[in-house]
Amino acid sequence: MLRGLPRRLAGLFATLFAASFVIFAAAYAAPGDPAVLLSGSRQELTPEKLAAVRAQYHLDEPLVVQYGRWLWDSAQGDLGRSFQYRDHVADLIGARLPTTLELVAYATVFFVILGVGSGVLAALRRGWVDSAVVGGTTLAASVPSFVAAIALVSLFGVRLGWFPVTGQGEGFTGRLHHLTLPAFALALGALAVISRVTRQAMAEAYASDHVDAARASGMAERQIVIRHVLRNALGPIVTMCGLVMAGMLAGTVVVETAFGLSGVGSLLVSAISTHDFPVTQAVLLLMVIGYVVVTTLVDLVHPLIDPRVSRGTKRHTAKRVKTA
Amino acid sequence: MLLDIEDLTLRLPAGAAARPLLSGVSLRIDRGEVVGLVGESGSGKSTTARAVLRMLPEHAHASGSVRVDGEDVLTMDPARLRAHRSRTVSMIFQDPRSAMNPVRRIGDFLTEPLIRVLGLPKRAAVAKATELLASVGLPDPERRMRQRPHELSGGMLQRVVIAAALCTEPDLLLADEATSALDATTQAEVLALLRGIQAERRESGSGLGTLFITHDLPLAAAYCDRVYVMYAGHVVEHQPARGLFAEPRHPYTRGLLECSPTLGRDHEPRPIPGRPSSLSDALTGCSFAPRCPKAEPECDTWAPVAIPFGGGASAEQEFAACRRLELVTRSST
Amino acid sequence: MTTVTAGALVPVTIRDRRPLQVIVAGGFLALVVVAAVCAPLLAPHAPDAVDLSASLAGTTSQHPLGTDASGQDLLSRVLYGARSSLLAPLALLALAAVLGITMGTVAAWRGGWVDTLLSRVTDVMYAFPGLLFVVLVIAVFGDGLTTSILALGLAYAPTIARYTRSVALAERSQPYIDAYRVQGMSGARICVRHLVPNLSGALIGYLVVLFGEGLMSLATLSYLGFGAGSPSIDWGLMVQEGQDAVVQGALLPALVPGTAIAAVVVAFNIVGVWVSDRLGHGR
Repeated sequence: MLRGLPRRLAGLFATLFAASFVIFAAAYAAPGDPAVLLSGSRQELTPEKLAAVRAQYHLDEPLVVQYGRWLWDSAQGDLGRSFQYRDHVADLIGARLPTTLELVAYATVFFVILGVGSGVLAALRRGWVDSAVVGGTTLAASVPSFVAAIALVSLFGVRLGWFPVTGQGEGFTGRLHHLTLPAFALALGALAVISRVTRQAMAEAYASDHVDAARASGMAERQIVIRHVLRNALGPIVTMCGLVMAGMLAGTVVVETAFGLSGVGSLLVSAISTHDFPVTQAVLLLMVIGYVVVTTLVDLVHPLIDPRVSRGTKRHTAKRVKTA
Repeated sequence: MLLDIEDLTLRLPAGAAARPLLSGVSLRIDRGEVVGLVGESGSGKSTTARAVLRMLPEHAHASGSVRVDGEDVLTMDPARLRAHRSRTVSMIFQDPRSAMNPVRRIGDFLTEPLIRVLGLPKRAAVAKATELLASVGLPDPERRMRQRPHELSGGMLQRVVIAAALCTEPDLLLADEATSALDATTQAEVLALLRGIQAERRESGSGLGTLFITHDLPLAAAYCDRVYVMYAGHVVEHQPARGLFAEPRHPYTRGLLECSPTLGRDHEPRPIPGRPSSLSDALTGCSFAPRCPKAEPECDTWAPVAIPFGGGASAEQEFAACRRLELVTRSST
Repeated sequence: MTTVTAGALVPVTIRDRRPLQVIVAGGFLALVVVAAVCAPLLAPHAPDAVDLSASLAGTTSQHPLGTDASGQDLLSRVLYGARSSLLAPLALLALAAVLGITMGTVAAWRGGWVDTLLSRVTDVMYAFPGLLFVVLVIAVFGDGLTTSILALGLAYAPTIARYTRSVALAERSQPYIDAYRVQGMSGARICVRHLVPNLSGALIGYLVVLFGEGLMSLATLSYLGFGAGSPSIDWGLMVQEGQDAVVQGALLPALVPGTAIAAVVVAFNIVGVWVSDRLGHGR
């Protein structure tokens, strides 16, 4: 199972280096002096401030050396200082990361249960149940998460008053209560993707000859569904769940903004609006690392669930979905 | 009588097919017998075998009866049907690789019916499955139990499938092209294995009936006791294997024999002209008439019925469904 | 023309699958386009006419869809907003399609370094989940609708290129391409005159689906404050401007443009899937 591990890890690091270089070097793509962009607010530029920026980014050295230093510092947790908050970037992110991770975890619970559940239901009950699920997922996939957020707040927050509209909540149940609507808004698009993948994978597994053979051997239909159909559909389903969950890190940018949650995603939005480039770089780097690491893990786990994959004869190359 | 299919007709809803999938199929197998069922693909031989398990095509309507040990399979309730499928009858499929779940281990495949149907405890099931693998001639059975289907060759897998089919000690074995996908030497080994099992069961007093489905008429004639020949959903001929090979009565059977290359024969393989009948061909008369070298205008309106010939009582009754039976018989002698 | 119309061979039942849905979706999109073009004729008010006395009015005969916090008529704003909300994805798609189809065709035809470059670029792009690559471009070049369109165009181009490459590779192996080569036609001419036109069916279906996605992405950027900015009228921006009123109990300012976005995207997805099925030759 671990045969492809060194190659996968090499690929992982190559991708991470390339992506982090793009994030770092982006500052040089801007017209003018990169120090101006890196120093944030364009109005109150003092020579001292520019000098501080030059020192922080080692701007007097060659680009590759600067990149190496930046990467080395980042790897040690020194992500620089925010010009806006006048604070260590690592501390800023550290304070906001739990909210974001909770949100992603909660949304994952939502989309796994509802997505896989509705997909299985659609595959088993043809007819109107199937049509309803397919129609519902087409709709869910087409609603941008910020529109879903507003709609959820309008209905469950304002009209019915079941869920709080702002704030983060105290204690476990309080946080759960506050995060329910954001998590659902975040999960909606993912739910549609997972539901479709599950339905498709189940239908394919159903059509295979060994299911027929199991039926011929007198196995009960329920057992066939669990042991043969669902078991064989598990590979693509788990892979897709992993990929979608990884993509959700980016989705938090919109949902945290819509619900006024103080997480890493909303930090990125405010960093961009205030031209706080060190924070922007750090959050982007964090999200890209999280995404690439999780997708690589999913690739590594897939052959354990589905031995067909390691042979490469029937490879389910799950399409990478972009959940905005 | 172990298996007694009588006048089985299977129709798809109007519009889906122009002719029935099966029309008036009658077929019998006694304990200890190996009975062949021969025909081209699409002739209805697999459909007949699957009907014994009541695995009918979707929306198909069945009439007639399929009795196993006197009980009609077509009217069983679901629980009885599951017991019938798991205990009384076992099926061996053509392609063992697609008949086994690729993501599960050989051991799971074998122990599942033992635990579920026979109620053996897990440990005993594993022991029995290992023993079965050894008995079908697989070396190193303990290791096989832990392997997955893709790690075994086709011949080995077919042995595993046979072991699985035998594990619940069924009375009737349906072998659907069980050796067709194998190369010649493996085919001979698997046939020898099946024959050995047949003999073993005969000795122990509980004879095993086998329905041996193949498109290979010489193979069926060599391996089976009796052979039924099917064409376009009809049984067109039935004879003991020896007679069928020596003196085929139906033009289709003759055509099948003439188009298979055989050592020591003095003629070239001759193909049957035309194409096999398809479900969209609506025919009023004999369905083989369009391809038949001996066909007369009357054949297009003659509804096929079994015309008995020779000796043989009840199950052994020889017959062929050809209007020109007499003429054919005369010209072939 | 050398294209074999697979459509003629497909049974009627498959070709006419879900016609009602497609007709409704297509009709709706046609209506939206007409509404955008004729906004000045259809809108009951000027879209930027501030009337603080009518702030957050519900549905009235004067304002069929209500008003926002500044008392601007929502129906008029949604009609006018359709213009930028539809034109912007069109511009982004045109940019991405020109870049992507060119790159994909060259990669499929020539292989070599172009092909390698394409796969490297896509690999790096795919390391950025969601809109993060676009967000990076905006962080560097500043926000605004133009930057958003350019950034999204760049982000979509490799995806389109990859798709073009895969269908072009399949088409390239067709015998008629060889026939043109034997006749001595140049590679560029074959690509422009024969290869790309024969791919257009598959590509158009793909682009229609991408249009919906592009509209969604642009609306998201506008909502986040990176895209179209005030005083322009854009659906995504309208949702952002209207969301403060939601807490006060006035749902229309955010829900009206939000529903418009969702409805148009749903319609594009339905039509896009149908177009892919019909023109894509099952690719």
